[in-house]
Amino acid sequence: MSPSERRNLRNGLLFISPWIIGFCVFMLYPTLASLFFSFCDYSVLERPVWIGAENYSELASDGVFWVSLGNTAYYAVIALPLGMMLAIGIALLLNTKVRGMAVYRTIFFLPSIVPVVAMAILWLWILNGRYGVLNYSLSLLGIPAKALPAWLENKHWAMPALILMGLWGIGHAMVIYLAGLQDIPVHLYESADIDGASWWQKTLHITLPMLSPTIYFNLIMGIIGTFQIFAAPYIMTSGGPERATHFYTFYLYNLAFEDLRMGYACAMAWILFLIILGLTLLATKVSAKHVHYER
Amino acid sequence: MKPSPPKRIAVHALLVAGSLVFIFPFVWLITTSLKPVEQIMKMPPDWLPRAYYAPVQGQRLKVVKERQLDESSVLVNYAHGNERKRVLLPASRYRDGQAELEVRVADRTETIRVPATIEKHAPAGSWLVREKLERLPQDPGPPARWDCAPPDQIEERIEPAWWNYRGAIRYTGYYEGRFLWWTYRVPMFLVYLRNTLVVAVLGVIGTTLSSSLAAYGFARIPWRGRDTTFLVVLSTMMVPFAVTMVPLYGVFRALGWIGTLKPLWVPAFFGSAFNIFLLRQFFRTIPQDLSDAARIDGCSEWGIFWRVILPLSKPALAVVALFHFMWAWNDFMGPLIFLTRQDTFTLSLGLQFYQSQHGGSEWHFLMAASTLMILPIVVLFFFTQRTFIQGISTTGMKN
Repeated sequence: MSPSERRNLRNGLLFISPWIIGFCVFMLYPTLASLFFSFCDYSVLERPVWIGAENYSELASDGVFWVSLGNTAYYAVIALPLGMMLAIGIALLLNTKVRGMAVYRTIFFLPSIVPVVAMAILWLWILNGRYGVLNYSLSLLGIPAKALPAWLENKHWAMPALILMGLWGIGHAMVIYLAGLQDIPVHLYESADIDGASWWQKTLHITLPMLSPTIYFNLIMGIIGTFQIFAAPYIMTSGGPERATHFYTFYLYNLAFEDLRMGYACAMAWILFLIILGLTLLATKVSAKHVHYER
Repeated sequence: MKPSPPKRIAVHALLVAGSLVFIFPFVWLITTSLKPVEQIMKMPPDWLPRAYYAPVQGQRLKVVKERQLDESSVLVNYAHGNERKRVLLPASRYRDGQAELEVRVADRTETIRVPATIEKHAPAGSWLVREKLERLPQDPGPPARWDCAPPDQIEERIEPAWWNYRGAIRYTGYYEGRFLWWTYRVPMFLVYLRNTLVVAVLGVIGTTLSSSLAAYGFARIPWRGRDTTFLVVLSTMMVPFAVTMVPLYGVFRALGWIGTLKPLWVPAFFGSAFNIFLLRQFFRTIPQDLSDAARIDGCSEWGIFWRVILPLSKPALAVVALFHFMWAWNDFMGPLIFLTRQDTFTLSLGLQFYQSQHGGSEWHFLMAASTLMILPIVVLFFFTQRTFIQGISTTGMKN
């Protein structure tokens, strides 16, 4: 190693040294310890006791675990595509060079910066079965009072209610889509216009393919975010009614910090990690075929 | 490609309709926060906050309309021991200077007749009105005065109940502090606010400093193993908080930090993968010539970082600071896990605690408190909108 190489190595390591310390203490150790704990009986108050894969086999037969996983998947399968369509739809509208675009963009974006606790409390009130403004609005549309659900108190409607609330917060994704749309070179549309392409054809053959890297990015972020939904069920429903909104991370939190079953919770966390990794890999595989990178 | 006029109108129509739907929850939040409590549970809802004024015992006061009398009534005064009492009776139960009162004796109700004088006749349709007290139930003070008033003497005004905000702040209870021999009381809400600001501001300082250091090491110094190490940085973004949270709790417990604010801001001083990534991308766009020129002038690596790169990176640093501030303001799970005493709660946790205790009826206070939590973020957003939108847009681009 030449002196300058050695100096660079020293300087480089010096500059990243805060990160190295943080990585070891707040990331590497916890990740490995969590893996170890997942094979232990551990309550934080006492030393962990090795029990092999017992936590994992217990999870496999834990009905509540499967319910939580199912609920989370249900939310993801409905909310992700709906949110994506809504966000892309609004971004497409905003990208048509309309006047006042910045104002509309602000309006659609604003809900996504509302702190999650404030959002949960606000929506508890909006979704209130008796005095909520949502049911009032629906009654104005002519839906009879008997058909109006009590939303969060009804096991069939609690999840759709949370999905609805989630859709209100798609502004963040919308801004990313909008940036993606604005990056699409105009000449592509100009040559399509010369060929006499319709709006629909242009959307299908130019916009969506060119937007696909952004879609892929938001999809991954969406998957990661959805599997970690916690505050809404914790604050709004406590996982109820009848476990209808018992989300994965909600169960995990309760196991770890209410029941002090930390080892069991770690096993659940590692399964979550593997699920997220798996889904990301899957999305990457699919995207390799369909995502268009301009390089 | 400017769309044709009819198409433009259609686009605008869709956007206006969508905007209304998106704004609506905010409108509902704010109107509810400004309504007096009696107006909250009204169906159909009243869109504007109203206040009523009526004469009460000779004074014009802000009142609550309690109920409308369905029969002609009298307001009478009578002596009860040494006390003077006022009651409202149906006119039929007052005869020859005597009022028929129902009193409970042991477990049954008896009718007694007491001498009483009429203060006022209230025809059917009058309202029983009670002075609107702008104070919390636990606050000391004289009881609310009341009276009867015919509808034409009650004046209705569109008037926001600004008091809800003061009420909401005080409703969270008080923190009793001590400084030397001086004891003081602060509303808990302000304690939550202070804690949130401590966590957010220290976190912002920590993460901008440490992340830019690391980003510089990854972007501007070529060293062996750098790109592999950077892959490690990126891969940490994939690890869900759920995986590390249990051992982290153990780490903070061993350090004696549980129940303090430290777990929420100290880690920020050790860099965050996302911010390192963001800053690295930015640092890489700064021409290498600048560094070389500074080096020829005898600048050390630190000098280049501090005097050349950082001043040029203000927009990127602003994005990092802004994102972290928002994140800290918003964070709920961290405070929930690591904080134990109420006087260390952040706004997120404090608001949730408040909701879990008083949820279900005090919607005007809850909405006022939520508005107070949302408002600073919205104001911050309006002042930094361009930085913010650009920051989000660039995160989506680099995958």
